[in-house]
Amino acid sequence: MAEHKTSRIYSVSHLTREIKTLLEERFPFVWVTGEISNYAAPSSGHSYFSLKDAGAVINCVMFKNQKRTLQFSLENGLNIVGMARLTLYEPRGNYQLIFEHIAPEGAGALQKAFEQLKKKLADEGLFDPVHKQSLPYLPGKISVITSGTGAAVRDIIHIALRRFPGCCLQVFPVAVQGGEACDDIVYAINTVNHFQQADVIILARGGGSLEDLAAFNSEPVARAVFASQIPVITGIGHETDVTIADFVADVRAPTPSAAAELVLPEKIRLVRHIIDMQMSVTLSMTQKLDFLHQKVDDLHSRLKSPAQVIANFKQILETCFFRMQHALNRRIFHSREKLSWISQGLFRAVPGIRIQQQQVGDLQKNLAFAMKARLDGHTNNISRAAASLEALNPASVLDRGYSIARTIPGKKVILDAEQLAVQDPVELILSKGRILTRVEKKIDGKDHI
Amino acid sequence: MAKITFETALKQLEAIVKEMESGDLTLEQAVKKYETGIEKVRYCMQILDSTEKKITQLTRDLDGSVTEIPFDHE
Repeated sequence: MAEHKTSRIYSVSHLTREIKTLLEERFPFVWVTGEISNYAAPSSGHSYFSLKDAGAVINCVMFKNQKRTLQFSLENGLNIVGMARLTLYEPRGNYQLIFEHIAPEGAGALQKAFEQLKKKLADEGLFDPVHKQSLPYLPGKISVITSGTGAAVRDIIHIALRRFPGCCLQVFPVAVQGGEACDDIVYAINTVNHFQQADVIILARGGGSLEDLAAFNSEPVARAVFASQIPVITGIGHETDVTIADFVADVRAPTPSAAAELVLPEKIRLVRHIIDMQMSVTLSMTQKLDFLHQKVDDLHSRLKSPAQVIANFKQILETCFFRMQHALNRRIFHSREKLSWISQGLFRAVPGIRIQQQQVGDLQKNLAFAMKARLDGHTNNISRAAASLEALNPASVLDRGYSIARTIPGKKVILDAEQLAVQDPVELILSKGRILTRVEKKIDGKDHI
Repeated sequence: MAKITFETALKQLEAIVKEMESGDLTLEQAVKKYETGIEKVRYCMQILDSTEKKITQLTRDLDGSVTEIPFDHE
């Protein structure tokens, strides 16, 4: 009892208040993590639940006002991280956490909301492949629902015109983020369906954060895409961005540009393909005709005309004739050979003829020799006579120093001085050249030297 | 020729090409197929060439009606 005296005695209220003060001063705000259980949301709008882990449980509450900022639903089994005040509820002697802010553990609230909506719509069958429509092979008109000013619409137009010059695009400008985005997009999808002009809808948006893509993750847009009679292809954000709209769409393209590529075939390829096929059928036709032509030609050549038959026989006859003639010639040649051989043998067999032949040969030689000797003798005589004749040539006399004198005129050779008078002109012919001169004096008589 | 889609015409053309290349046709059949094939070629090319370049924009008026106007994308 001594202890009672030394210790102060608290009333329950007092002690509770002391504990409350202690707790609230020690833990004004705490960050807590744990798993939600015993979740209850009565009509008041507040949420009551427990937060537990393997070893302990704490009662928790989140009031209506704070719940408004939540972007996902609280539910049992959800692991959360939250900021809370620790308070003690005096009437019950309970301490509890009053949450100001809660986020799903490991991921953002939007992510959680995304997962929840995705699961819900998946359960409803909105993503089922059986509902997917195939894209038209060559769309006549393409409705593009996107921002009228962003890069996305420009990319789509650029790609579309590049792949298929002359394609028909209809742009339906909408807000792609912010409060109006969701309603705008739903309205656009419904309107395009109402007009029934487009063969395909491209629902597109450039890249952005999860918050920017919120409209494409909203339930109304998802349901509008699902309800569209016209096939919808999505090209939202970057390749890594996947939205609820992507799951519902008939085809999901990773980017706006890719959506344009998937929607439109390449015109040049189609044209090339058609031209190839045109060439194929033409080639097949030509080959078929060539083949038939050849076949007809072949049969025609095998169809023999009477003239051909006659010509063939003629040729056979000619061949026979030549062979016959050749055989005959050979026979004659052989016979000649044989005859020659036999006649040679015959000559050899009679020696007298050979001796006489030898004698005839010898006599021939003698005759030729005698004839040659006779001719040589005559040749020598002729040479000698020619030499004598040469010595009598007047030219040779002149060469030896004599000259010939002739009268002028008359050209008579002067042999006697009597033929001339003094002062008569005289021509002297020398071995080389001539001299014209006159008689100075006459000496008669035979003595001249 | 009843109005058929480009895709259908293209598929028919492909089938004709295959048939003609198989070479089991009589001359009369081949000629007929060839004529049909060339007809399909013309049809497909005509569709490819007939689409006119048109980019429009749907706008919502104040009274809620929707009108289609040319879209300036340059």
